[in-house]
Amino acid sequence: MRLNLTVNGEPQQADDIWPGESLLYVLRERLGLPGAKNACEQGECGSCTVYLDGVPACSCLVAAGQAEGHDVVTVEGLAPGEDDLHPVQEAFVEAGAVQCGFCTPGLLVAAHNLVEHNQNPSDAEIREELAGNLCRCTGYEKILDAVRLAASRTRNRKQEAGT
Amino acid sequence: MEFLRPATWREALEAQANHPGAVPIAGGTDVMVELNFGRNRPPALVDLTAVDELAEWSTVDGEIRIGATMSYTKIIAELAEELPGLAMAARTVGSPQIRNRGTAVGNLGAASPAGDSHPPLLATGATVEADSVRGSRDIRIEEFYLGVKRKALEPDELIRAIRVPAKRGPQQFSKIGTRNAMVIAVCSFGIALNTLDRTVGTGIGSAAPTPRHAGDAEEFLAGNLPWDDRDPVPDGVARRFGELVADAAVPIDDVRGPARYRTHALSVMARRTLGWAWEEYRCA
Ligand SMILES: Cc1cc2nc3c(=O)[nH]c(=O)nc-3n(C[C@H](O)[C@H](O)[C@H](O)COP(=O)(O)OP(=O)(O)OC[C@H]3O[C@@H](n4cnc5c(N)ncnc54)[C@H](O)[C@@H]3O)c2cc1C
Ligand code: FES
Ligand code: FES
Repeated sequence: MRLNLTVNGEPQQADDIWPGESLLYVLRERLGLPGAKNACEQGECGSCTVYLDGVPACSCLVAAGQAEGHDVVTVEGLAPGEDDLHPVQEAFVEAGAVQCGFCTPGLLVAAHNLVEHNQNPSDAEIREELAGNLCRCTGYEKILDAVRLAASRTRNRKQEAGT
Repeated sequence: MEFLRPATWREALEAQANHPGAVPIAGGTDVMVELNFGRNRPPALVDLTAVDELAEWSTVDGEIRIGATMSYTKIIAELAEELPGLAMAARTVGSPQIRNRGTAVGNLGAASPAGDSHPPLLATGATVEADSVRGSRDIRIEEFYLGVKRKALEPDELIRAIRVPAKRGPQQFSKIGTRNAMVIAVCSFGIALNTLDRTVGTGIGSAAPTPRHAGDAEEFLAGNLPWDDRDPVPDGVARRFGELVADAAVPIDDVRGPARYRTHALSVMARRTLGWAWEEYRCA
């Protein structure tokens, strides 16, 4: 089966797809985008989180064929350029929210989505929004710090842009 | 394995009829786990997500008609007013990622006794629209569940939609698990008060081979609530209601909890959800 989809703004094509394989497998093994991680393949850990048509989803639970014609953004597509990081990524680095880094790509997509929609999240809202992403290293405190930092910077930036 | 991607409902029905053993897939949050772990190798997948109309809801004769691929996230965002019980249950499903893809109809397709959609659908008296190339039929929700992961669908049938009566009084849902997110219910309970007819609907999850009503509890409560005075529920009535709900369950011991705990928890959830629902009625 041949698959056509848009990944990080670029049209992509992959051939000889087994229809039952996951979008995660397509991204990692067919398209050479190893950002999204495979840790459980059952929707529990969130390390494979990508945007599918602008909505965060576990790519391990999307059948390849279901992505035909759709728009995917992975962690590789968050930064504005080769040498720049997205503010959410910067905040993760600065806050020390990354240890082994395995959970980070999925958390970045989930956090990116949160900050896009809510620049003043309560702790309860952050916990709720990130409930589908497991981290075995950090104990989450630094991740919460990073999200608060990213949210406040985004808020300030939007305010400046507005005035 | 074939991958079929019908663009219309008619094509979906034909695909299902023409490929014996084909597995329909909506959000994929159950189907893909099976595939990823090699537990199931169906001859074909019938992807319903390209039939656009299925992602929407509409109102038909006072009932909300939820399409087969409408996600939990959309149910929460758009139907919390009309279907508060189902929206509450939807909020407890998995995680944001799971709710963005997972569907109430997929929950019915999986027919797990622990599925969170079942108690509110039972409590409100929902109807399942089953469709095939042979024609369509309505299945009453309590007749839909046949056993653990078994349901009243023929191999060539697909669920097109669920019809749920719009709110006719307070509704509540409660679920027990080990954390707030990402848990399969140890047990769960839904209640819907119909303040117009003065009837009560209930649904028990994860405490019998199938989701089920607590019929005696419904009748007892409808006959003993102070509907006119809107007084607080007398303690004895609440307690008896809890007992009758627990009596309707036939739980098992399993990894998530022992049967005795489930029975006890159900009576507590029944009393509490009743308390919350009745407060809403009294203050209305
Ligand atoms: C990490 C994780 C957490 C979860 N947490 C919860 C939870 O908290 N509560 C809960 O209830 N469930 C939970 N689930 C299970 C699952 O998300 C739900 O059962 C969900 O409702 C399934 O919907 P879906 O659209 O993804 O179904 P799919 O996986 O697409 O399908 C599920 C089943 O229904 C069948 N089916 C789908 N559509 C139709 C149709 N139109 N007609 C006939 N059959 C059909 C499929 O063939 C399959 O057998 C969880 C799953 C995961 C992976
Ligand atoms: S790999 Fe997809 S959720 Fe864990
Ligand atoms: S940093 Fe190691 S799992 Fe999160």
